[in-house]
This record gives sequence, C-alpha cells and structure tokens, in this order.
Amino acid sequence: MSLHLEIVTPENKIFSDTVDNVYLPGADGEMGILPSHAGLVTALQPGELRYLRDGQVVTMAIGSGFAEIAENKAIVLTDMALGESEIDESATEEAIKRAEEKLHTVEHNMNSEEVAYLQGIIAKQSAALRFKRKHQN
Amino acid sequence: MANLRDIRRRIKSVKNTAQITRAMQLVAAAKMKKAQDQAMAGRDYSSQLNAVLSDISASDSDEATHPLLEVREGDRELVLVVSTDKGLCGPLNTNVAKKLRATTSDTADYVTVGRKLRTMLEKTQKTILADFQVPDPVPFAEARAIAAFLSKQFLDKKYDKVSIVYARFVNTLTQVPEMITLLPVQPPEATEDDGAIAGRTTDHLFEPSPAEVLASILPLYVNFQVYQALLESRATEHSARMVAMKAATDNAKKFIKELTLQYNKVRQAAITAELLEITTAMKAME
Repeated sequence: MSLHLEIVTPENKIFSDTVDNVYLPGADGEMGILPSHAGLVTALQPGELRYLRDGQVVTMAIGSGFAEIAENKAIVLTDMALGESEIDESATEEAIKRAEEKLHTVEHNMNSEEVAYLQGIIAKQSAALRFKRKHQN
Repeated sequence: MANLRDIRRRIKSVKNTAQITRAMQLVAAAKMKKAQDQAMAGRDYSSQLNAVLSDISASDSDEATHPLLEVREGDRELVLVVSTDKGLCGPLNTNVAKKLRATTSDTADYVTVGRKLRTMLEKTQKTILADFQVPDPVPFAEARAIAAFLSKQFLDKKYDKVSIVYARFVNTLTQVPEMITLLPVQPPEATEDDGAIAGRTTDHLFEPSPAEVLASILPLYVNFQVYQALLESRATEHSARMVAMKAATDNAKKFIKELTLQYNKVRQAAITAELLEITTAMKAME
C-alpha cells in the first residue's frame, strides 16, 4: 500500500509520485499522513513538508495553501514549494525586509486584505529561511 | 497597360508592409510561447483547486456555507470582459463580443480588461464600472485586485451574479470564446481528467473546520479563476496575432510574386516594342 503525493504550485507541478508517508504543516500543527488515511481537507501554514520515498527523507519549505487526502492520494496546493538548494538566503531576507518596510510605512492607508497579503509574504519567506538555516547546520 | 513605374512603386509598398507584418509575427511568436507556457502551468493548479472545492461541496452541504456561495434571486449581472489592447489579431475580439451578446443580458453592467471591447461597449452605451490595465506578462497581483473588486460588488449585494467572458486557449490555431460564472461560486463537477479523486467512499474530515477551510479556499478560488482567465486570454491574443500576421505576410509575398511577374511582362513588352521600332526605322532607311 502506498500513497500518491502531488505538490502543485500556481507555476507548475513540483512533485507527483508515490511515497511511503508525508508530514504536512497543518493549520493546527504538523500532521503525518500514512497510506489508507481517512479523507481529509486541511489548511496549511507556511512550514516544512517531509516525505519518505525509497527509504530517503526529502524535505521542502512550503507556503500556505491546502491539502486534500482521499483514497490514498494526497494533493498539496501551495503558493511556494522549494527544496533546500533552491532557497537563496540573502534574497529571502531581502524579501522579508521589503514586505516589513511596506507594512510599517503605509499601514494606515491599506485595507485589511493588503495587510494580510504582506503578512502572508513575511510568514512564507520566514518559513523558507528557517528551513534553510536548519538544514545548513 | 499598367505603367512600369506604378508597378514598381506598388511592389515596394507591399514589400514594406510584408516587412512590418513579418516583424510583428516574430514578436507575437516569442510572446506567445511565454504566454502559452504560463497559461498551461496555471491550469494544473486551478484544476486541482476545482477538484478540492468540488470534493468539499460534495461531502458537506449543510455546514459549508459562505457569503460567496450565496445564490440570490435577482438578475443584476456584472460581467468581466477580457479583450486585447491592440488589434491585428484576427477575429479574436469579434468572437468574444459575439459570445458576450449571446450569453449575457442586455441590462448587465461591465468591468473591462483590454481596450478593444471597452470601446465597443462604450459605443453601445453600456455601463462600465471599472477598467483594468493588465501588463504583459500577467502579474498575479493584478488578478487579485480585479477579483477583490468583483467580490466586493457581489458581497455588497449590488449584483446577484458575476461572470467572466474571455477566450479560452485550445491551441495556437484554435481559441474558444467562453462565459464562466464566477460568483456565486458554483463548485465545478468533478471529472477524472481534472485530477479529482473520483469514487470517494468516505466523508472528509476538515481541519480546522469546514467553514474555516471554505473561508480561505473560496477567495483563493475566485482569484485563480480571474488569473486563469487573464492568462488564457493573453495566450490566445498572442497566438491569434501570430497566425493573423503570418497570413498577412504570406499574402503579401504572393502579391509581390504576382506583381513582379506583371512587371517583367510589361518590361519585356516595352523592349519588344522598342526593338520593333528600331528595326522598322532601319528598314525604312535602306
């Protein structure tokens, strides 16, 4: 029994293959998905995704999004999915700084949606950065 | 008989036109590749999003409610019309306009992207609520702004229905004008080729809760519907322009060939006439 995992971002399909298990950063904390898991729809928060395939653990930083699990198939929809080598530390820091600056300077005339969007960027990029640093050490 | 100089002048002008259409064809081809790739890449995500949404609505119809899903009685309609800014792209905009007339009511109000159909709607005295300029390549932020505007109109109960009319990209030679209903969100029917998980036997668990999952997935869905419509329109625009310009270049080439033939015929006739005159003159002098 195996689990089919698909990771899709707006730009492309990152991953589509069978895996032994997958760990997702759910809205209420990390959750592990094994084959034959019950049907589930969950919101994802920016964090780390791990899956086990052929005895090897592969990790990725993902942004916010959704996961649907049913019938031994897990679909992960997220706005970002990066492997360790794809994250550029300085560029990520730069992006966080830019978003924070924007948030602080023009906050009073922005609507709640824009604020939420910028906070989303910060959360996403911070997750990527944490992930990168964790794997460097 | 046509004058030699006139023909030469026409050949020159047709050659100039051919050069311009050829340049436009090459530019459109380069942009087309990019736009097509973008449109195709976006399809995976939006079809998966469709699949998840239809699964949610299939498994849970009582608990899962959201203002964006609310079906209202009235028939006040708002239509997002996606057309091109520039012409010279074959029958693309005309086809979209035809679709628009066929599928939307006369009393509908409009939001436009693209100059071509905006001017058409202005001429026919329709109400245009807003116009958005979308640069090339399509940035997601722009789609978000448009989606936010449309959602607001719907949630403020100013309109009961919001739809999009755009041209869907099939392949370089084929575009299909299409009307989709954006709001209220109608969860799409799950099909196997959408990547949906078919034949599900269990109900879904929701984390944190059905309402919360729906509250975050629906705005995302609306954003993506708009984004995908913009991407598809852009891809069709460049494809249609490339095809139209290729046809124009080919026609110009054919025309040049015909004109050159005519030019040579006239030139030969002139030479023959001249020789005839010389020989006649010589004979007369003998």
